Amino acid sequence: MEFGPHLMLASLEGAVIASVLVLTSMGLSIVFGVMRVVNVAHGEFYMLGAVLAWYVTSLLGGHPAVGFVAALVVAPLLVGLIAALSDRVILKHLKYDADRTIVATIGLLYIIQQTTLMTFGPDARPVEPPFNHRLALPWFEFGEGGFAMYWPWGLSTTSYKLFVIAAAAVVLVALWLLITRTKIGLIMRATQQDSETAQAFGIPVGRVYSMVFGLGAALAALGAVLVVPIQQAHYLMGADPLLLSFIVVIIGGLGSLPGTVVAALLIGMSDGIISVFFSPTLAKILATFLVAMVLVWRPQGLFGRSAT
Amino acid sequence: MTVRRKSATLHLSVLAALVALFFILPPYHSGNLSRIMVLAIYAMGFNILFGYTGLLSLGHAMFFAAGMYGFGLSINLGGAPLPVAFLIGMASATALAAVTGFLALRTTGVAFMIVTLMFAQTAYLVVLYFGSYTRGDEGFVIQSAERMIFGIDLTTEGARYVTALLLFSACFLALARVIGSPFGRTLVAIRENEERARMLGYDTGVHKLKAMILSGLISGIAGAAYAMLFGYVGATFATVQYSIFPLLWVLLGGAGTTIGPLLGVFFMFYLIDFSSSVTTAYMLVAGVVLVLLTMFAPQGLMGEMRKRVFPWLP
Amino acid sequence: MAAINILETKGLTKVYGGVTANSDVDFTLPTGKITALIGPNGAGKSTFVGMVSGRTEATRGQVIFAGRDISALPAHKRIQLGIAYTFQITSIFPRLTVHENVAIAARRLFGKKPAILASKITAALGKVDIADRADQIAGDLSYGHKRLLEIAMGLVQEPRVFILDEPTQGLAESEVAGFIALIKSLAGETTILLIEHNMTVVMGAADWITVLDQGMVLANGTPEEISENTAVQAAYLGKTDA
Repeated sequence: MEFGPHLMLASLEGAVIASVLVLTSMGLSIVFGVMRVVNVAHGEFYMLGAVLAWYVTSLLGGHPAVGFVAALVVAPLLVGLIAALSDRVILKHLKYDADRTIVATIGLLYIIQQTTLMTFGPDARPVEPPFNHRLALPWFEFGEGGFAMYWPWGLSTTSYKLFVIAAAAVVLVALWLLITRTKIGLIMRATQQDSETAQAFGIPVGRVYSMVFGLGAALAALGAVLVVPIQQAHYLMGADPLLLSFIVVIIGGLGSLPGTVVAALLIGMSDGIISVFFSPTLAKILATFLVAMVLVWRPQGLFGRSAT
Repeated sequence: MTVRRKSATLHLSVLAALVALFFILPPYHSGNLSRIMVLAIYAMGFNILFGYTGLLSLGHAMFFAAGMYGFGLSINLGGAPLPVAFLIGMASATALAAVTGFLALRTTGVAFMIVTLMFAQTAYLVVLYFGSYTRGDEGFVIQSAERMIFGIDLTTEGARYVTALLLFSACFLALARVIGSPFGRTLVAIRENEERARMLGYDTGVHKLKAMILSGLISGIAGAAYAMLFGYVGATFATVQYSIFPLLWVLLGGAGTTIGPLLGVFFMFYLIDFSSSVTTAYMLVAGVVLVLLTMFAPQGLMGEMRKRVFPWLP
Repeated sequence: MAAINILETKGLTKVYGGVTANSDVDFTLPTGKITALIGPNGAGKSTFVGMVSGRTEATRGQVIFAGRDISALPAHKRIQLGIAYTFQITSIFPRLTVHENVAIAARRLFGKKPAILASKITAALGKVDIADRADQIAGDLSYGHKRLLEIAMGLVQEPRVFILDEPTQGLAESEVAGFIALIKSLAGETTILLIEHNMTVVMGAADWITVLDQGMVLANGTPEEISENTAVQAAYLGKTDA
């Protein structure tokens, strides 16, 4: 394949990655924005979403679409509940002390991951997509008679992948509406701005925190359910999304939602493109190192507000 | 008895106990204890930065690995004699710690944790990337023939134990000395109230950098010792897991205490040893212990002892 | 040896974004005396003192200490030159003992000689009269005693200039009287710069007063001169807490 079509293919792959990444990192960003908590177990909530999707689709059988729709609803809900429970039992007890919370979430990471290993097992298991049509994509070139379209072999995508991109966009809009237009969203933003004042106004900050923590985990799980028909469910699949979400949230600015979206698109696209053209390990090395350097020189990330 | 005398007695008793255990324990357990002592050096190195200075690094595996690979590659690729290889391991870790310190210490709190984590991840990926030299995750073995010093074969049980004990004792006593010195007390002051320490005339930046370098050096010694005594070098030791372990050990044993790290490694080692005979998911134990510790006993074993019974505990 | 003014500032200014906290402050601190820095709330006293000690970076201006321009020096270096500083909100090492708190302050100067270190700590604790609490955990002390501990930490450094930011705030009346006596006993050994709202303390202890208002120097003078100064009275109208 020539460069042009190859780039288009890489971009589409990148777009899919970016879509899932946006949802996952939004979850992490919301939790940090409202609660000032860094959840190291975030990747495991993602993994749980995929694993639960597998369980739901296996249980329901029949047409893949049925199981998939069920999983789309059940998995994020369950994961959100587990997360909210963790917040009530563990994080609340620690009074959200920064150091201790991080260590506790590290412990939570291992608990979730290893429990999954014990029950789900070490194998990667596939989930069938609800629909999957191969769509050949056209490329253009200058011929004698002007523009001509042709269909390079190998340049294709699937209807499901396009669905993932669309679904992520829909969820993002819904999330934006939730945060800016609803009462719950207002309560969340108030708690983020000033939790003490919010409490003085009768906002049940404790319950808001549990809800937010649950929402963050549910978003990650949702992203995983969308991606599992493409990738397969595996107990270690939370590590990469965790790293990437961290990178996104740091570049976009801890607590800044628009920054998170922009950064997710950037990182997702470049990860996809670099991985297609260069070695994935090299891409990761550069990304990891660059993120560290961004934090060293600008601790608030690229878009975030200064200090706290 | 003065605090100094009590501390010295305690420390020497611990070392004496370790000597005695060699003669009492069956080979399986004395072999374990050799490993425990080497890992305890790593834990003590981490403790300097976390327990005493109050800086939580999530990337210490890179210092351990630097010592390990510095040693291993010098022997296998460079053909260096053992003592030289060990020094190269130490120097690699120290250099890495200095560079990391210059960069990472510009941040604090959460940002510092993330930066150290990211640097360590980068180091791990670099080890994988140069797999043709490092053999990546698979790792490589250092032949027994190489692991001899002054004609003594370090692969025998006895030699291994003695070497581990000597290295542990040296680091243990040296660090106890540092903790008791004005420099060590200043680290504690920085941990307790950095701004106050600064406004008492201390250059807190330089102190933190020195703590980081010392911490990295000790962790590197542990890495080089591990390769030297157990003959294996692998990228697993550079993963996040090996950055979490010292945190776990130190929290369990008691952060900011001198014998906490040894105790933490000891208990965790046997806890995991036991659980891995039951399930492959033995890290579950690590997770549960971490959560319980942070929730109910953040001071750890020796820390609780110090709080409730022995306030003089170093 | 002793200059007339041990500390001076020239044109010291601090601008935060759109707000000017201090504007062109020319200030002199007479050696060996107790100088009080007073002014209504928001006058810029703490910001000014922050710039003198090095805690806050000045936007422009100079700080001169014992004839030497220290404007470019970081805080810890200035402390090393002989400036001691106590915080407006008490800042000690709450989890350590009273003894260790003072020891940390003293070790920088006397750490190499354990016997001398020990006697200096004992002397400092005795001076503020908390020697009997040496083994207590500092965080458990009453507020008044924590204040005294902080002063002990300053004294043990044997500073040439001792800056105290609102030291009597929150103290009971009896404690305030004790404080005035303590401060006056230090006169001659060191130069004291006191930020204060409590006029009893100011009139009772100060040899010299500088008044700040809206970030600028309003007046300088002896306590008598200042209490008669109509501009000062106007600035304080409705704002005094005696």
